[in-house]
Formats: sequence, structure tokens, C-alpha cells
Amino acid sequence: MDRTWLHKLASPPHFYRIAGRLAPWLGWPALALILIGLYGGLVLAPADHQQGEGFRILYVHAPSAWLSMLVYATLALASGIGLIWRIKLAHAVALAAAPIGAWFTFVALATGSLWGKPMWGTWWVWDARLTAELILLFLYLGFLALHGAIDDTGRADRAAAVLALVGVINLPVIHYSVYWWNTLHQGATITKLGKPSITFDMLWPLLVMLTGFTLCFAALLTRRVQAEILRRERDAAWLRAELAR
Amino acid sequence: MNAARFLAMGGYAAYVWPAFGLACAVLLWNAWAARRAHARARAEAQRRLAGLEADA
Amino acid sequence: MTPRHRRMVGVAAILAGVGAAALLARLAFEENLLYFFSPSQIAAGEAPVERKFRVGGLVTPGSVQRDPGSLTVRFVVTDNRHSIPVRYSGVLPDLFKEGKGVVANGRLDGQGGFVAEEVLAKHDENYMPPEVADSMHPPQPGGGGG
Repeated sequence: MDRTWLHKLASPPHFYRIAGRLAPWLGWPALALILIGLYGGLVLAPADHQQGEGFRILYVHAPSAWLSMLVYATLALASGIGLIWRIKLAHAVALAAAPIGAWFTFVALATGSLWGKPMWGTWWVWDARLTAELILLFLYLGFLALHGAIDDTGRADRAAAVLALVGVINLPVIHYSVYWWNTLHQGATITKLGKPSITFDMLWPLLVMLTGFTLCFAALLTRRVQAEILRRERDAAWLRAELAR
Repeated sequence: MNAARFLAMGGYAAYVWPAFGLACAVLLWNAWAARRAHARARAEAQRRLAGLEADA
Repeated sequence: MTPRHRRMVGVAAILAGVGAAALLARLAFEENLLYFFSPSQIAAGEAPVERKFRVGGLVTPGSVQRDPGSLTVRFVVTDNRHSIPVRYSGVLPDLFKEGKGVVANGRLDGQGGFVAEEVLAKHDENYMPPEVADSMHPPQPGGGGG
């Protein structure tokens, strides 16, 4: 198998240039999709038969919760690649992903709380789904704290990567918590197989928002990885040529 | 009053609007922070390069 | 801050984070491994007698009675095999409806009933406009939950 493209992609100068070219192509469509999704979710989608207009929080809660897990999967995958193949760029990707993931986990928890108060009757319950999502936030913050506490970048990368891999166990717990235990949180709406549990006029803005948030993460990640590469490669020869441009 | 009805969100305005407001604020802040991180790292690298060249 | 101080802060942050996570895990997965008990589990004697716990199920259609002049509500929670009468004084969540899911936190009254201190509504993962819901489940008396 020809893997030269992989080695090329993993080289910081190459990745830096590709990321710089890619970022606007991810960011602007993300913005457009999120605006369409906001309009669709707030205006075009009909009110729910049980929750009335209150169900619209779904359109920011579900994409944030989706990103909180997608970002962690990205972070853990990058950490694993970094540990196994000793690819420095992978560690840079993991470190760049962490603050993004922490933010969206926070949004998922806060919007869930704003949704739970009127519908369930409480801001917070210690049920398995909510607790596992809170632990996810602590994993992101722990990853950042551990990385920040070690001066040597290589050692910090490896220590934080081990923590990231230990925390992977939390991802299936979050996803399946609503099936494994009696939880207050309801089951999944669109990931379950079979007929969707949501009508199309309510579903499409959600799919647009999910795509928009995902592209937004990709755009944020490319910019943050670029910044991380600049910090790590400050003595590299290629940077001189790059910055002169 | 269409706009007033829209803003009232069927009585859930106190929950729906903070949720959307928070989500949009965090999205915008993240976009700004990522750009700032890149710009700062670039400026820092340039300063360092200029310093190295002055030393040489 | 010296590098040593930064390391100490970092280690403290990790210990605090891991400790909090462990505590939360214990809370959530040990004591509340089942966030709530079903009426059948209570009938089988699985629920604690002395301690507070949660009972979850559907509100039996037609069972909700409000005491006039107070906030006290009586209703029956069922899982379609067993049911338990619940007494509660307080504000009910918006989604509290006959035939819908509910989780009540409280304790047994020793006479086969349950006294709730908190009542939460549990909704399902189905979202649809009212017209669609009506066409799927035409409103009819005594239709039973679903």
C-alpha cells in the first residue's frame, strides 16, 4: 500500500499549508448551514405535540452533544496515533481539539439544563446520561490541565494522550446509558435504526445543524492545529520561508 | 403580533432564547479564539525570526 | 509562578478532576444504578423500604385527582403490570400528563402508597407536530397508554 501521502500529510509544513487552504472552505459553509439550520429550527419547523415550542432547544442541544463526543473521539484517535506511531502532528491535533470539545460539552450540558427545567421539572438530575456527559467535561479539562502542567512538550503530549485513551471508555457509556439504565433522559431520536422518531419537517433543520456544527469543528480544528504547529515548529527552517510569504 | 408571538416561544422564551443565545455565543467565541490563536502564534513566530536574524 | 508551582497546580487539578469523576461515577452508577424503580419492582419488594427512592412509569389515564384548595395531587403510576398510588404536594412539570411518563422521588407510606417530594416528567424521543400525533393516536377515551 502506498502510504507516502500519509507521511506527507503528517509533515507539519505540508499540513500547515493544506489546513490554511482548507479552513475557509470549511468555515463559510459551516456558517451558512448553521444560519439555515437556525432559521429552519426556530421558524420553519412546527411545534411539537408534547413540548410545544420548547422542543426547539433540540436544534442546539443535539448538535452540541454530538460534537462533544465526535471531538473526544477525534482527540482520542489522534492521541493513540501519536503514541503508537510517534507522530508529533497527531499530538498537536489532540491538543487543538481539547478546548473545542470542552466548549461544546459545556453547551450540551447548559442547553440540556435549560431544556430539562420546563420539560422534566428540574435543572439537573444525577442520571447516568447526564453524569457521564459531565465526566466528559472533566476529561477535557483534565487533559488540558495535565498537558499544561508538564513543561516538556513531548512528555506532556504522551501523558495527556494516555489520559485521553483511558477516558475513551466514557464514550460508549454516554451513548448507551439511556438503554443500559433506567434514565430520565430519553433514548436516541435519529441514530436508532428503523423508522425515524421525528417527522421530516422537524428532522431536516436538525440534520442541517448537525452538518453545520461538524464542519464548524473541522474549521476550528484546522485553525487551532495551525497555531499549534507554529508554536511547536518555531525553529524549523520551513517556517522561515512560510512566514516570508 | 407575529413577532411578539415568535419571541414568546409559546411561553418557553425564558428557556429557548438563552439556549440559542449561549450556543451562538460559544460558536462565535470559538471562531474568534481560533483565529486569534493562529494570528498570535504567527506574530510570535515572526518576532522570534526577526530576533534571530538580528542576532546573526 | 515557577515551573514547579505550575506542576503542582496541574497535579492538583488532575487529582481534583479524577476525584470528582470517581465521586460522580459512584453516585450515578452505584447508588442510583437504576435511576428509578418500576411499580413491578416495588411489588416484588426490590425497592428500599426505609430510604428515599424514585418510582418511574406511566400516569394511569383517568387517575389524576387534585384536592380542591391545595396543591396536593393524587395519581396512579403503572408499568401496565403493576401500579402504585402516588400522593404529591407541589408544582407539576409541563409535560405531566395522563398516559405519559413520570418519575417521582419519595418514599413508601407503609400502606401500599408512595409519597412523592418531587415529580419529574419523562418524555420520549419522538418528535412530531400535533396534527401528526393526532392522526397516529386518535384521541379516544380509555385508549390506554402507549
